[in-house]
Amino acid sequence: MGKSVAIIGTGQTRHGRRQDVCYPDLVKEAVEAALEDAGITLKDVDGVVLGTMPSMMEGVSSTHFYFAEAMGSVGKPVLKVETCGSTGQSIGHCGFFWASSGMADIVLVVGSEKMSEGDGQATMNTVFDPFFQRTFAAGAPGVFTMQSMEWMYRFKIPEDKGREAAAMISVSNHDNAMDNPHAHIRTRVTMDDVKNARIITYPVRLLDVCPASDGACAVIFASGDKAKKICKKPAWVKGIGFRGEEFFYGESDKAIWMSATEAAKEAYSQAGIKDPLKELDVAEVYNPFTYQEMIFYECFGFCPRGKAPDYVLKGTFKKGGRLPCGPSGGTLCTNPIGATGLIRMAEAALQVTGKAGARQVEGAKLALSHAMGGVDQFNGVTILGSEQ
Amino acid sequence: MKKEYRTIINDVALPYKWALGRTWTRFFDGLKEEKILGTKCLQCGKTFVPARSFCPDCFVSEMEWVEAAQEGTIVTWTLVDAEYDGQTRKPPYVIALVKLAGTDCCINHYVGGIDLSDLKKVRQKLKEGAKVKAVWSPDKKADIHDIAYFAPVR
Amino acid sequence: MSIEKYKIVEGQVKVTYELALGRTWSHFYDCFKEGKIMGTRCRKCSRVLVPPRSFCPRCFEDMDEWVEVSDEGIIETWVYVNMPFFAQETKIPFISAQIRLDGCDSGFTHIVGGVDMSDLDKVRAAVKLGGRVKAVWSREKKGSIRDIEYFEPVK
Repeated sequence: MGKSVAIIGTGQTRHGRRQDVCYPDLVKEAVEAALEDAGITLKDVDGVVLGTMPSMMEGVSSTHFYFAEAMGSVGKPVLKVETCGSTGQSIGHCGFFWASSGMADIVLVVGSEKMSEGDGQATMNTVFDPFFQRTFAAGAPGVFTMQSMEWMYRFKIPEDKGREAAAMISVSNHDNAMDNPHAHIRTRVTMDDVKNARIITYPVRLLDVCPASDGACAVIFASGDKAKKICKKPAWVKGIGFRGEEFFYGESDKAIWMSATEAAKEAYSQAGIKDPLKELDVAEVYNPFTYQEMIFYECFGFCPRGKAPDYVLKGTFKKGGRLPCGPSGGTLCTNPIGATGLIRMAEAALQVTGKAGARQVEGAKLALSHAMGGVDQFNGVTILGSEQ
Repeated sequence: MKKEYRTIINDVALPYKWALGRTWTRFFDGLKEEKILGTKCLQCGKTFVPARSFCPDCFVSEMEWVEAAQEGTIVTWTLVDAEYDGQTRKPPYVIALVKLAGTDCCINHYVGGIDLSDLKKVRQKLKEGAKVKAVWSPDKKADIHDIAYFAPVR
Repeated sequence: MSIEKYKIVEGQVKVTYELALGRTWSHFYDCFKEGKIMGTRCRKCSRVLVPPRSFCPRCFEDMDEWVEVSDEGIIETWVYVNMPFFAQETKIPFISAQIRLDGCDSGFTHIVGGVDMSDLDKVRAAVKLGGRVKAVWSREKKGSIRDIEYFEPVK
């Protein structure tokens, strides 16, 4: 780790179908909220980092040009970082690197997506190579469902048990989203609703899948010294980890997922975490798909390999459980992709600073946030804490 | 260079539904009525066309609507004589940055109503600072082409 | 929450690309025309990969030894796709799968066909993780991924 860095402010839009605003205005909504939360103005910002999914999602190339005014980046150094679904964690890491290097005191990091404007899955399909895989790809659901099937097969998880646990994850995320005023989907669902919903990519059904959302998130990073001066209760970056793997889907093992496992391991070692289930108070795991969320639990050491369904069914990761996951309702209820990984980080920051409102996990001091992207290719993890 | 190995032709086409939001919806509705609407920042007093929902300089949302002049001056221009896939208009044509009278920024548009066959004549007409005026399309769809082009004012 | 309604502009962005296959992938598809699936072997770790690579992604060594692999293999994982999107190339519903071809060390992405798709229970009975499948080749081969129509469960 370099010099210490903290998050001093976060801002989110009301996420959902935001056809009431043009894209730059959506971005500005998050930037304004973050500046207000941090109690600073654009004049205080030394550099700006933006991340979105492939720009083709909204049909405007190089979105960091499009949002120059909305992010207040005119006359400032600006970076664009793009790693698919994990973009939100990558830009957060970039904000950390910048402030940690001593080259900037305050960095504004912005992630956004306006998925109602394009065809999300058709765009996502362009992430696959055009020679071998694209023809048979079915956007994100195709890949992540295949991964989940591989995982259940590997650990001999009976189909019914996997189904039961995945449905429980859907129900508890939907319940949690009711506490989050920013969330896109705010309706309660029952186990039967999930199990009987329309098939998207078998065995994944409609309520096992996140929505396509419009939304933006802004997070303000400050060097440790600056943070202590201007912020009463910053969220300290305790550890970060990021790993990528091979491009061709069929080449690496997705059931015992290297990138997720190693990204978490690196972040834990920096944060001095040895037993994550015991030491973490809350986790914002990137969960666009219920089944896949269980693979993350195992990779992050929350439970032994192949045992995630048992832990889920015991209620370990529910509100009030041993390690509450996704108190915000998670990616499952809100997914503006370029913003989503950063929303995880913002939510973790709110938790460790006691600002999470109705979704607050009582007394949370140490939080994990995470995002995943590409053709099951990238994983990024950030640990935030209330103490420096 | 000789192509030694194979290539494939691959089209990527994606559909979009772009939201204009309040400010740009009103701007384009204005064009339909042959009005060019801008917004003026109540803090710095600058007027922007197309209208903005917030001042790009002051980052404040307090803006008032103003109708801009339909005449302005050419700040810079170029004659486009190259074709590309998906081009809206067949070359040759002239694009320019036009600063409408009373505004503090430029807008992008075509300059038309001039003979493009002789570059010398084009250059005489389109000097920097030349006055131009909006020429409206007979068919209006509340988009940027409701202004057909800007024509030099004699 | 009610949302104010403003104008939505519909449009399309279409871009045409000419994509180079390069030496390794050109040869791979040339062999497809003859009904052969070729992989390349890494000099260092000796893994055989399909699609072939010019270099090993793990060892960063050249992979210039060509090896023919079987057009039969096992299903490593599969998914029944029932989701439409714009300009989708394969009609839904279809089964996308990772197939580990005999003699190869990686999964190969293709579709599983020759299965009654009308009933999910029938699909589940016919398509199994670890189940054997064999390539069904097109009569007319053009040197593309579609030269294999699909992989069919071996009875």
